[in-house]
Amino acid sequence: MALTPPQITTPLSGSQILVQCLLNHGVDIVFAYPGGASMPIHQALTRVSDRLRTILPRHEQGGGFGASGYARSTGKVGVCLATSGPGATNFVTCLADSKMDSTPIIAITGQVGTPVIGTDAFQETPIIEVCRAITKHHYLVTRTEDIVRVMKEAFHVASTGRPGPIIIDVPKDVQMRQITVSDWDPPMNLPGYHPDKRATRQQLEQVLELIRQSQKPIIYAGGGIISANAATHLRQFAEKTGIPVALTLHGLGGFPAEHFLCLHMLGMHGTIYANYAINEADLLLALGVRFDDRVTGKVSEFAKHGKIVHIDIDASELNKNKVAVLPIHGDVGHALQDLNRLLDAEPVRESPRGGRFADWIRQIEYWRETEPLRYADRDDAILPQYAIQRLWQILRDRGQLDDTIITTGVGQHQMWAAQYFRFNKPRTWITSGGLGTMGFGLPAAMGAQAANPLKTVIDIDGDGSFLMNIQELACCFTEKLPVKVLLLNNQHLGMVVQWEDRFFEGNRGHTYLGAGFGEEPYPDFVALARGFRCGSRRIVRKEDVDGALEEMLDSKGPFVLDVMVPYQEHVLPMIPSGLTVRDMIKA
Amino acid sequence: MRHVLSALVQNQPGVLSHISGMLASRGFNIDSLAVGETEDPNLSRMTFVVRGDDAVLEQVRKQLDKIITVVKVQDISSEDYVERDLMLIKVKAAAAQRVEITLLVEMFRGRIVDIGLESMMIEMSGREDKIEAFIDLMRPYGILELARSGRIALVRGTRIAGASK
Repeated sequence: MALTPPQITTPLSGSQILVQCLLNHGVDIVFAYPGGASMPIHQALTRVSDRLRTILPRHEQGGGFGASGYARSTGKVGVCLATSGPGATNFVTCLADSKMDSTPIIAITGQVGTPVIGTDAFQETPIIEVCRAITKHHYLVTRTEDIVRVMKEAFHVASTGRPGPIIIDVPKDVQMRQITVSDWDPPMNLPGYHPDKRATRQQLEQVLELIRQSQKPIIYAGGGIISANAATHLRQFAEKTGIPVALTLHGLGGFPAEHFLCLHMLGMHGTIYANYAINEADLLLALGVRFDDRVTGKVSEFAKHGKIVHIDIDASELNKNKVAVLPIHGDVGHALQDLNRLLDAEPVRESPRGGRFADWIRQIEYWRETEPLRYADRDDAILPQYAIQRLWQILRDRGQLDDTIITTGVGQHQMWAAQYFRFNKPRTWITSGGLGTMGFGLPAAMGAQAANPLKTVIDIDGDGSFLMNIQELACCFTEKLPVKVLLLNNQHLGMVVQWEDRFFEGNRGHTYLGAGFGEEPYPDFVALARGFRCGSRRIVRKEDVDGALEEMLDSKGPFVLDVMVPYQEHVLPMIPSGLTVRDMIKA
Repeated sequence: MRHVLSALVQNQPGVLSHISGMLASRGFNIDSLAVGETEDPNLSRMTFVVRGDDAVLEQVRKQLDKIITVVKVQDISSEDYVERDLMLIKVKAAAAQRVEITLLVEMFRGRIVDIGLESMMIEMSGREDKIEAFIDLMRPYGILELARSGRIALVRGTRIAGASK
């Protein structure tokens, strides 16, 4: 962190100090929606617009998810800003989302002046009280003198250990007061925060010993691999040991999808072979994961034949849902590096395919060949799986795959994107996993695009999710963020429809979004996109898919490709909630 | 299983609310929670009595540790420790009962802190079971009001802190 003290002798307002802190911590973009209690900060932001870009979302939630998209695509801390009261409460979902998905963001909110706090003043909300449980840490700044320290602590806490969201609530008088800052790098006051945990050599040698004893090991890797920037180390470790890798939703991209050891996603909508392999494994190396219920199903039956080694930076995840024979508290990236070093000293196996796990790999190959990920394609309609597969293939053919970032909303389209778009690189896949927030896709894409102007950023979305933050098309247009939206429009809340079909005899409980039988698709997303001055096109025929995808990818500005798809498709395979691999629905 | 946990926390507004909120939202069963400043004005000590098996205790500890303002967590009940609870209790006591109640208070090594025409207020400290026993003895007289501090505890000897963090 480059801390360049500005005009030390000049008194600065709290707002100017706060903005200078953003610069000092390397922030180049903030997503900020102004209001009465945050105006002074916006005034300060206008003075540094050559170094710090302020992006104006059209809803604070869009700004919060923009910060998430920025953070997830870069690994840096994303910053968003809103006013007090409703501005601040519109961040609540973003903070909860970032907490669940360990995304490092800092949300700064204006607050009413300290003299009126607690009087139910106009646009007053006790936002810190609201947000305690859904942030990693929180600050109500009551003195201008504290701003520099609080900002330093916030960036440190957000980005170290298990990353997470921080909220900083700054009353207006604290923003306005002028002081002379004497120390731009003050000591932090965090006596209870010790994020640097590292696995011991003894623990890692135990891991290798367990691998030596194992016949059927498997790696279960998650978002921790991405957060720890450990994809390269994971690949080396898997190749050195010859152990296959199953990934969680957030682990996608943490290990190359096109690698022969990759079993893709496990869990509720994971591949059959990944779930079989987990079920049969005698050793489960759980790396940067949290044994989420969407992964485990019935937790007592999950990986019941395997010994569990669990490496995680968050001690509270160890033994939380599943007891590990070897729980290791530490950074998974460091652990993998150290394991690789130990392996270099004494190789566990001889060669990649003919190694000690040859029988196990052969078994997995058999499952993979006999029960691959598949769907019954149709020629009379565009199936969502097909559209995603074509998007992937076209990007790959154009040589753009590694420079493409995919975001999603939540629901069927999200799971199909996870299944049929193959991610080879980390930080190219940004989705709301833990909280499962509809409306995440477009603003996250907007943030990722702002952070990565040269990359192609595509929001694969559903019509329900897309409508929840569609206003951000205005931000994409005005801020020249050429985000593409592949809208898989089935006029329904597809995932809920799927559950209705499977578990409620197909009775529709308010899951239809269209205007009625025989009506044109509703709303008219093409017209809406045009209203936002974005490019758009609707397709209904399969033969138009490739041309329309090319048109979208070639377009210069934001583009909405409205793909009409049948709502009858189900995401398969599926392990129903709380059940086991034996209960998997395959067709 | 009953465990007494002691946590040193940064003395900042909202810490108590944060911790009690976390315990409630994760469904941990807390029998008692007491908080007060320590010799260092920057730190407060919170004492919890938690019921649950070892797995529950481990989670409570880790979740407490995870809160940034929590500096140190110690499972006091795994060591040699002293535990106290302070109670103020007001009982009905006409002149005829005063002597009898005073004798009971002396036997429990409590103190009478206020006497009215129809009532007495007694201060009592000690372990939970002693306090409970005294409350039971007072019931026949009629308990008017009662306030308890919750359990506080420290490890015996010169050692000041156990494991963790």
